[in-house]
Amino acid sequence: MRVVFKTSYDSDIDLHEHGADRLRTALLLGLMAILPFLVGDYYLAEATNTLIWALAGMGLMIAVGHTGQVSLGHAAFLAIGAYTDAALMNAGLPFYLALPAAGLAAGLFGALIAIPAVRMSGIYLAIATLAVFVIVEELVIMLEPITGGVGGIMAPSITLFGVSFDRYAALTNFYWLVLGIVALVTWGYANLMRSPTGRSFLAVRDSEVSARALGINVTRTRALAFGLSSGVTGLAGALMGHFIGFFNYELFSVIISINLLLVVTIGGLGSIQGAFLGAILITGMPQLIAILRDGVNANFGIDLGGIPGLDTMVFSMILIGFIIFEPAGLYGRWRKIRVWLETFPLARRDMFRRHKTYLKTERMK
Amino acid sequence: MSLLEVNDLAVHFGGVKAVDGVSFSVESGEVFAIIGPNGAGKSTIFNLISRIYEPTRGSIRFDGRDITGLKAHDIAKLGIARTFQNIELFDHSTVLDNLLMGRHTHRSTSFVEDILFLPKVRREERDHRRHVEEVIEFLELEAYRNKMIAGLPYGVRKVVEIGRALSIGPKLILLDEPASGLSVEETREVAFWIEDMRRDMGLTVLMVEHDMSLVNQVSDRVLAVANGRPLALGSPADVQAHPDVKAAYLGTEAA
Ligand SMILES: Nc1ncnc2c1ncn2[C@@H]1O[C@H](COP(=O)(O)OP(=O)(O)OP(=O)(O)O)[C@@H](O)[C@H]1O
Ligand SMILES: [Mg+2]
Repeated sequence: MRVVFKTSYDSDIDLHEHGADRLRTALLLGLMAILPFLVGDYYLAEATNTLIWALAGMGLMIAVGHTGQVSLGHAAFLAIGAYTDAALMNAGLPFYLALPAAGLAAGLFGALIAIPAVRMSGIYLAIATLAVFVIVEELVIMLEPITGGVGGIMAPSITLFGVSFDRYAALTNFYWLVLGIVALVTWGYANLMRSPTGRSFLAVRDSEVSARALGINVTRTRALAFGLSSGVTGLAGALMGHFIGFFNYELFSVIISINLLLVVTIGGLGSIQGAFLGAILITGMPQLIAILRDGVNANFGIDLGGIPGLDTMVFSMILIGFIIFEPAGLYGRWRKIRVWLETFPLARRDMFRRHKTYLKTERMK
Repeated sequence: MSLLEVNDLAVHFGGVKAVDGVSFSVESGEVFAIIGPNGAGKSTIFNLISRIYEPTRGSIRFDGRDITGLKAHDIAKLGIARTFQNIELFDHSTVLDNLLMGRHTHRSTSFVEDILFLPKVRREERDHRRHVEEVIEFLELEAYRNKMIAGLPYGVRKVVEIGRALSIGPKLILLDEPASGLSVEETREVAFWIEDMRRDMGLTVLMVEHDMSLVNQVSDRVLAVANGRPLALGSPADVQAHPDVKAAYLGTEAA
C-alpha cells in the first residue's frame, strides 16, 4: 500500500494528492486526445455521445450527488440548452457565444425554479421538477417560431475561426471540441468541490440545521447548486443538439431524465468520476447487448432480435442488479477493488463495513 | 454590558409552553450552565438563541445588539457557535472537511472564483487550514483527520462537533450536553477543554449539562429551569441547594 507523506497543506488542497495521480489523469487525457487515430468513425461518434452524456451526468451530479436534490426534470435543461444554442446560432451568433449563452439560460432558469422549490426535498422535489419538465416541453411545442414546434429544428454546423467542427464532415474536430469542453467543465467541477462553495453543497446535503448554524444560507446554496447543475446540463444539451443534428421535443423525453438519474446513481452518487462511469455504462450497454445478440445469432443461429423488448429487459435487469448489489455505484466498487489490490493480501472482508452509526433520534427540524 | 442578554424569552408550540419567560445574562469570559430535568426547555433555549425557533415573546441581545430578528444563518457571523444534543455532523465528509465547513463565515471568495480556483482561493484555503489545524491540535484529533465521520465512534464524533464549532472562531460557544454518552475519562477531557477555551481562547461558554460533577467543576454560574420556567440562578452550590430545584429533580413539585 502506498503511504503518502504530506509535507504541506497544499498536498490536500491540490487537485491531485501525489504525482502518480497527476500522471494517471494526464495519461487518460492523452489517450482520449489520440482516440481518433485509434478507432474508426463509428466508435468515435459513440465516444462523443458518451462524453456528452458524462457532461449531462456531471450536471445532474451537482444537484443529486453533491447537494441531495433529486431531479426528474433535467431533460428540460437539456432542451433549454439545445434550443437556445440552435436558435442563437440560426440567428447568426457564433458557437463560442451561443454555447455559453445556452448554459447560462438553462442555469438561470434552474436557479429560478429552485428558489420556490427550496423547501421541498426528496420525492416532492422530484415531482416538482417533473412538473417543470412538462411545462418546458409544452413551451417548446408552443414557441414554434424559435423551436420549430413539433417539426423540430436544425442545429447549425459549427465553424470556429474558419475551421469546421461539423459533426459529420469533421467528426474528429467535433470530438476534440466536445472533449475540450468536457475536460474544462470537469476541471471547474473538481475545483468547486475542493473549495468553500463545494463544501457548502455537501453541508446542505448532510445536515441543513448545522449548515445554518455555520452561517450557510441554505436557500441560496441550494439555488446556486441547482443553477450550476442546470447550467452544465444545458451545455450538454447544446452539444447533444449538434450531435443529433436535427431534433424536436421528443429528443428530450422523460426517459432521458430517468437515464440521467441512472447515470449518477449507478456511476456513484457524490463522485465526479461516477458521472463518467455511469455515462459509459448507459451509452455502452445497448451496444454491448447488440453485439452479444449478434454473436448469439451468428454462433448458435438463435435470432434473439426477433423477441421484442428483449434489449430493454436485459438493460433494465442489469441496472436493477447494480442498484441492489452495489449501492455505492461503479466508482464505489472500483475504489474497493483498488484498496484490495493495494493491500493484497491483507484486505479483509469487513474493511468496508462501517461502525454502527449512532441512531439519530429526535432529529431537530 | 453582558455578552448575551436573554430577556423574558418564551416560545409556545401549540399548547406546550416549551420556554416561558426565561431571563438571564452571560458575562464575557464566563462559563454559564443551564440545568434542568428532561423536557425542561434547555435545548429549546439554544434553538431560540441560534434563531432556529421564532420566539413567541422576549428578546435576545448579543454584544449589545438585538439578534431576535436575525436569520439562523446570520448568527455564526456574529461569533456564536453551537453543538447539537444529537450530533449533527456531515456524515459523508472527513473530519477535516467538517472542520473546514466551520470556516464558512470567513470565506470571501465567490463561487466563480472557486470554480476557477484563483490564487486567492488557494491563499484562503491555506489560511482556513491553519486555523483548523490549531483546533485539531487542541482537541487531539490528529489520528482522525482524514477519516469519514460515518465510521467514527460516538465519543470522537462528539469531539469533532466541538471542533467544528471552534473552527468558526466564535466569541460564545453553546454546548448542548457535551458530556452525554461519554465515559468518565472522556468527560474529564471535556472539562479540561472547557477550561482551556475560557482561559486560553478567551471564549464565553454557555452549556446545557446533566452531569453535575462537570457542571460543578467548570461553571461560574448556573441557571436551573423546569417546565420552561426559571427556578434558580446563582453559584453551582447555591442552585443545587435551592428547594425548588431539588423538588423539580425529585419530581415532587406541584404542576
Ligand atoms: N419543535 C417543537 N415542537 C413541539 N414541541 C417542542 C418542539 N421543540 C421542543 N418541544 C417541546 O418542548 C419541551 C422542551 O424540550 P427541550 O428539548 O428543550 O428539552 P430539554 O430541556 O433539552 O430536555 P433534555 O434534557 O431531554 O434534552 C419538550 O416538551 C418538547 O417536547
Ligand atoms: Mg435537550
